[in-house]
Amino acid sequence: MQRYSGFALARHALSHHENWQRQWRNPTPKKAYDVIIVGGGGHGLATAYYLAKEFGVRNVAVIEKGWLGGGNTARNTTIVRSNYLWDEAAALYEHAMKLWEGLSQDLNYNVMFSQRGVLNLGHTLQDMRDIQRRVNANRLNGIDGEVLDAAGVQEIVPILDCSKRARYPVMGASWQPRAGVARHDAVAWGYARGADALGVDILQQTEVTGLKIRDGRILGVHTNRGDIEAKTVGCVTAGNSGVLAGMAGIRLPLESHPLQALVSEPLKPILDTVVMSNHVHGYISQSDKGDLVIGAGIDGYNGYGQRGSYPTVEHTLQAIVEMFPIFSRVRMNRQWGGIVDTCPDACPILSKTPVKGLFFNCGWGTGGFKATTGSGHVFAASLAKGEMHPLAAPFSIDRFHSGALVDEHGAAGVAH
Amino acid sequence: MFHIYCPYCEEWREEEEFHARGQAHIQRPLDPETCSDEEWGDYLFFRDNPRGIHHELWVHSVGCRKFFNITRHTQSYEILETYRMGELPSVTAESVLPSAATAEASVANEKTEEVRA
Repeated sequence: MQRYSGFALARHALSHHENWQRQWRNPTPKKAYDVIIVGGGGHGLATAYYLAKEFGVRNVAVIEKGWLGGGNTARNTTIVRSNYLWDEAAALYEHAMKLWEGLSQDLNYNVMFSQRGVLNLGHTLQDMRDIQRRVNANRLNGIDGEVLDAAGVQEIVPILDCSKRARYPVMGASWQPRAGVARHDAVAWGYARGADALGVDILQQTEVTGLKIRDGRILGVHTNRGDIEAKTVGCVTAGNSGVLAGMAGIRLPLESHPLQALVSEPLKPILDTVVMSNHVHGYISQSDKGDLVIGAGIDGYNGYGQRGSYPTVEHTLQAIVEMFPIFSRVRMNRQWGGIVDTCPDACPILSKTPVKGLFFNCGWGTGGFKATTGSGHVFAASLAKGEMHPLAAPFSIDRFHSGALVDEHGAAGVAH
Repeated sequence: MFHIYCPYCEEWREEEEFHARGQAHIQRPLDPETCSDEEWGDYLFFRDNPRGIHHELWVHSVGCRKFFNITRHTQSYEILETYRMGELPSVTAESVLPSAATAEASVANEKTEEVRA
């Protein structure tokens, strides 16, 4: 792998940038691998990368039905934070946060991770009590956080309407300064390049059509490019996990919903942090390119259409304009939807299954992007050792029968 | 924007008057005391999530406030029918795939045609 550096940039300038190496190969599938990852999104590619780098498993294939950065990885609002309430979730997201902080260096790829801070606004007394509790829990878990009053919020975001005139006046916020945003496509591409350099085969335009299972053991997958064998298969297919589990005769407690987001026309720099509000329910940041990145809730009903509904867009923009009257005349450029697999307790599933050698990493709902690094890391450890990583163990599928749920609706940030 | 026919009001109304409340026809176990953890967990948390025909419970929340059922396609979003509580759907996954008479055949069919992993 050619390393990226200022020197390389200067050297390639001399040949008019025509000789850059391709970022990853486009190999033909081998007959067998040690591990197959189904799903070439951020989490799948991160899993493959850490499998090769940290756990020495290099005979790995990532199978992707579309192209890299064509699914949910490129359909989110790029927010990264770790201010979760419960110990299990906080530990997992904070693990991810620590990996984010060194990711660009680790991958030799600029993922544009920007720790511009995240505000979670409170508009009611109960909001403020929940915020107080969550920030206290965060600090006990070694995660940075502060409770701000309305004046403190106004100081950080002068354009936010913190007046008493608002329909839902801002009473305060939780503030995580280490949180921020990362360039989502770059995360997928950086992991793909890193994994490829370590020998991982990334098979794009390859679709899993069935799972090969005999005597309760996984033997491989059927694809539209022939059968591929592997004793360990990790499924990381977000909105399609239920479909894939169905191929193995497994039922998951998931429901797939469209989650949509939208971006405005580009503006000059005006918002240098991330503002989220559960109460009026919208979240917003400004990309380095200048457009406002606005997140919405999920559609109330199950759906696999990657578009989302108009009422949700309207509801979200009402919330944004309520918070930022200054944006009322900004035009929206485009809108998109991704399919998220929501869990009853708003937490992911990282789990073994009744089929030996078959693992699932799914159910991230609306908050998967921020976990890309940590999810990949602990899932890789679990696949390499055949046992769930201690940080992943509380997210086993058994919890829906034992009742040991990690109920994170509050900190998940999006009502679902 | 959906236009939904409320089988109680007997009128077409806009989507925003309604709320989806998840999968329809979920039976509470008749004798919860004798349920195993598996059965109780399945009842509480496990839901169908098909790529295709789905039976859902909706409520006409700002209209008559009554619950009713919808049969809907989760890919095309087409609403195939609405029907009152206690009634059975006339459109099912089996009925639109005539070749798949048995449950087994319908699973096989799903694998070859419907599944896009």
